[in-house]
Amino acid sequence: MMSERTNTRESISKHPPSVKKNVNLYSVVLSALLLIVLYFVLMKIEGSANALVPRIARLCAINIVLALAMNLINGFTGIFSLGQAGFMAVGAYTTALLTIEPARKLSMYIVTPIVKPLETLTLPFGLTLIIGGLIAAGLAFLIGVPCLRLRGDYLAIATLGFSEIIRVFIMNAQSLTNGAQGLKSIPPNATILWTYGVALAVIAFMALFTTSSYGRALKAVREDEIAAESMGVSLFKHKMMSFMISAFLAGVGGGLLAAYNGTIGQDMFRVMQTYNVLMIVVMGGMGSISGSVIAAFVVTIGQEMLRVLDGPINLGFWKTSGIAGMRMVVFSALLLVVIVFFRNGLFGTKELTWSGIVRNIEKLAGRGKRGEVA
Amino acid sequence: MTGSMFLQHFTNALSVASLYALLAIGYTMVYGILRLINFAHGEIFMMGMYFAYFGIAMFHLPWFVSFIIAIIITALLGVAAERLAYRPLRDAPRISILISAIAVSYFLQNFATVLFGGRPLMFQQIPLLTTIMQLGPIRVPRLTLIVPAVTILLLVGLQFLLKKTKTGMAMRAVSRDYDAARLMGIDLNFTIAMTFFIGSALAGVGAILWGLKYPQIKPDVGSMPGIKCFIAAVLGGIGNTTGAVLGGFVLGFAEIMFVAFFPAASGYRDAVAFILLILILLVLPAGLLGKNTTEKV
Repeated sequence: MMSERTNTRESISKHPPSVKKNVNLYSVVLSALLLIVLYFVLMKIEGSANALVPRIARLCAINIVLALAMNLINGFTGIFSLGQAGFMAVGAYTTALLTIEPARKLSMYIVTPIVKPLETLTLPFGLTLIIGGLIAAGLAFLIGVPCLRLRGDYLAIATLGFSEIIRVFIMNAQSLTNGAQGLKSIPPNATILWTYGVALAVIAFMALFTTSSYGRALKAVREDEIAAESMGVSLFKHKMMSFMISAFLAGVGGGLLAAYNGTIGQDMFRVMQTYNVLMIVVMGGMGSISGSVIAAFVVTIGQEMLRVLDGPINLGFWKTSGIAGMRMVVFSALLLVVIVFFRNGLFGTKELTWSGIVRNIEKLAGRGKRGEVA
Repeated sequence: MTGSMFLQHFTNALSVASLYALLAIGYTMVYGILRLINFAHGEIFMMGMYFAYFGIAMFHLPWFVSFIIAIIITALLGVAAERLAYRPLRDAPRISILISAIAVSYFLQNFATVLFGGRPLMFQQIPLLTTIMQLGPIRVPRLTLIVPAVTILLLVGLQFLLKKTKTGMAMRAVSRDYDAARLMGIDLNFTIAMTFFIGSALAGVGAILWGLKYPQIKPDVGSMPGIKCFIAAVLGGIGNTTGAVLGGFVLGFAEIMFVAFFPAASGYRDAVAFILLILILLVLPAGLLGKNTTEKV
């Protein structure tokens, strides 16, 4: 079911133009059909009697955005950045501060009053997401200037460090972020249409971007920095671009998360949050968009389904009265198994494409015919 | 700031710095051999604290027995992590083993939450170690002086082990050149396991001293010290045990003195380590005592 795009060199010049045109027609029609089906499925989910179902569905979409943001920098560019939680925090706080009603803001800032223009300012939700993303991207630029010069592991620790500095700043900037008290009553704007709308937009962007000349340059940087540089790819420029776009998307995802949760606090954006997203990316395959999308569903729904483990268990010979957190132990153990034994994740760097699916169906049909003849 | 206040901060910095040094050695030894940031080191440290606590609270062992058992179990936990999560990935790309280390840390934190509960526990006070004494113009717990003493003792022991014993020599050989060491007949698996054993044992000692100094134990108590001590190891030049100690001292003193001189900004204490890291990496990319290596094409 996967296309044969296993490495970058092939993906650059393998498809002859005629095939590509054909594939495009297929893809557009099939994608449009899929979108229509998705719309009806989502409407069905939204109308579900169980309130938990639409909630989990929305979380899936938010996790898609967050995972793709991280996949762009870690999977496609090969830069092991651990700063996602910080950028998410920036987006989340921006959206929260710009959408909470002024009256509620006044009652929330008990220790010190909120800074001037923010006390009455409210903006439409979509705009706040973009502003949050832009602030995160701007911050990524400032962080990237020193950090992107560093090598592998050092870069991981340095970005992790900046993410923690952002969190410490949020905890201490009382008049801006309400410090350790966090923010409450964020309007629930993260509807199913918003979350899936953003998720689809991000998927489309990623699909176009990673196959563009910029995207191919990023993959070249991932495969071999020195070779890429000698082919005329500016390392710093491309790394910075990837880092900033990734931060922008993480900021947007953070904004969605804030609206989804209703309350946010600095505690939400610890390193653990980065690890959560990283696990989705690794499970799906670093450098695969479809992998991240599917893994976002698998992990989000899987975590909910494992919730039974937190409750009382009766296996006949062994009983527990319910241990809170048990599901996370099982989940993290499963994850460890995936990483140790299937380290390329579900998809590796492959993608699920319409042409790949069609080709596989044709192959299956072909095999069937040949079987008849024989 | 008066002289006695400065002395007070100074002794405090000395003990914090020694703790950082103990943990940083574990990072630097593992990095030296596997080129791996052992993200789980902070969690192994956290488990050590719980082991020591439960040895006394649940099994009513005398404190020194409990401490020794806790150090041994912590060391074995480090070896187990290597055996189960790192060894299968030794020939995989370095990024995979790094992710595996992150997953181990994630697992241990969740596991500790279930096993020991999420509510903070109070580490026992050992009167022999924690009594406050008058030392000239300042009042300090005995621990403040015991911590550096224990650290120095262990460092001397470690240097002896690394320089004079066969195992230590094997460790240095593996960290210098992995493949050549294997060709010389060094048992890689044993040497790497020993590295984890010693590094984790030092983390266990650090955990107990940390628990005596900051008695609150929670499942996430290891993550911040873990990251900071990795930074200490980088500051000193990763892969170099003397460098790790130096880095630990630089970091410990920088942090405590920052809080001492700018009490208003004490909320930003945790940011000091990261700013220091960025500064050092930009000026001296290989750390204070590290050798600069250029990558071959």
